[in-house]
This record gives sequence, C-alpha cells and structure tokens, in this order.
Amino acid sequence: MSLPLIVFFICALIAVVGAILLIVSREPIHSALSLILVMMALAVLYLLLGAEFIAAVQIIVYAGAIMVLFVFVIMVLNAGEEERTNWSRIAKFAGLPLGFFLLMWMAHWMADAAIGRTVANSGGGTTVAFSTVELSKLLFTKYLFPFEATSILILIAILGALVLAKREN
Amino acid sequence: MVPISYYLVLSAVLFGLGVVAFVIKRNIITIFMAIELMLNAVNLAFVAFARAWNQLDGLVFVFFVIVVAAAEAAVGLAIVITIMQNRDTLNVERVNSLKF
Repeated sequence: MSLPLIVFFICALIAVVGAILLIVSREPIHSALSLILVMMALAVLYLLLGAEFIAAVQIIVYAGAIMVLFVFVIMVLNAGEEERTNWSRIAKFAGLPLGFFLLMWMAHWMADAAIGRTVANSGGGTTVAFSTVELSKLLFTKYLFPFEATSILILIAILGALVLAKREN
Repeated sequence: MVPISYYLVLSAVLFGLGVVAFVIKRNIITIFMAIELMLNAVNLAFVAFARAWNQLDGLVFVFFVIVVAAAEAAVGLAIVITIMQNRDTLNVERVNSLKF
C-alpha cells in the first residue's frame, strides 16, 4: 500500500465515522462536532487531490465560519436532546432502507464509471497541485458573472437573516 | 495510487448518510447539518472529477457551492431562531401549520 492510499483510507474512515456519529448522536452539539470532524477529513482529502485552495477554504469557511454559526445557534437556543415521537420511529423504518438503497445505487454507478479508473495519485507520490493563480484567473474571467452574482446573493442573505432574526416589538 | 472511483464511492456514501440523517432526524438544526453533509459530499465529487480531467472548473464550482452553503446557513439559522421564538420547539413535527 502506498502512502496516498493509506492517507485516503484513514481520512475516508474518519469521514464516514463522523457522518454516522452525526446520525446516532442525540444532542445537536455532538452532531455539530462530528460534522466538523467530517469536514476536516474532507479537507485532507482535498489536499491529497491537490486542491490546496479548496482545502483552505473548506477549513476557514466551512469548519470555521459555518459550523461556528451552527454551534452558536445551538448554544443560543439551548437545544437539548432530541425528543422521540411516533413519527420518528416510522421515519427510521422508511429512511434507513431508502438511504441504503440510494447509497448502494450511487456507489455502484460511481464505482463502474469509466472515469473512475483514472488514478489521482500516480506513482505513489503526491499529485501536482492545482494552481491557485490559474483558479483565480478562471474565477475573474470565465466565471466573472457568477462570481459577482454571488456577492449579491450574500448581500440578500445578510438582509434576509437580519429581517428574520429581528424581534418584533 | 488512489483511483478516482474511490473518491466517488466515498462521496456517494457520505451523500447517502446525509440523506438518511435528513430523513430520520427530527431536530431542525440537525436536519440543516445533514444538508451541509450532502453539500460536502457533492464537493468531494466535484474535486475528484476536476482531478480526473485536470480541469479547474470543478474547483470554481466547489467555491460557489461553499458560498451558497454559507448564505443558506445564515438564512436558515435565522429561520430556526424565528421558529424557536414563535413555537418554542425545534422539533419539525411540531411545526406543521402547512401540513394537511
């Protein structure tokens, strides 16, 4: 086994265990922490794929900003243990087979795809990293309009969050 | 040597677990986290395909997905706070005014 394969399997295991912990834990704060674990493992996988910028953004924006927002809201709302109702038991019987079927179908389809035989880390070494300079060039030329559109999206999201969270007198 | 299909299968597994969490979880914050998990799984597939074709466009899409996820989390959590203020619960089954 080459080093990239070992790193991949360790991170994949951490990510899957984190996702399962998200499902089985009853406290929302535990779910949030296990989701941070998944995001950290994915950031390492992005590094393994040579996407350094995305790995940094993953940690700074996802694990940093978004999850801090989640943890903050859980703390503010003092969200305790999930309560059990009749519907949640039915959802378990419907949801688990549905999710399992979806998972198997997608995994089967993706494992069989021809593109899947392309090797990411050839020769046991690391891949050549994607150039962040090229990425930013692409972002500010070919994808300039979507990039500017996201700034408006963020602005509207800020306004929406302010309006929704405002207490009515 | 890590074939791209390994990344894709991991992405599919994470997406499937996200769907399961979305369906069986009752707490509205945890349901949001399930959506984030699914977005993360899709991001992994994007980066893997970008590597497979050696094209940077996939990374740009991941960037946009992260931006949209941030906007969604901000608005969604504001809605969660409003629900908590109005209904005093986080259980989605008690937020059923629109349910037939």
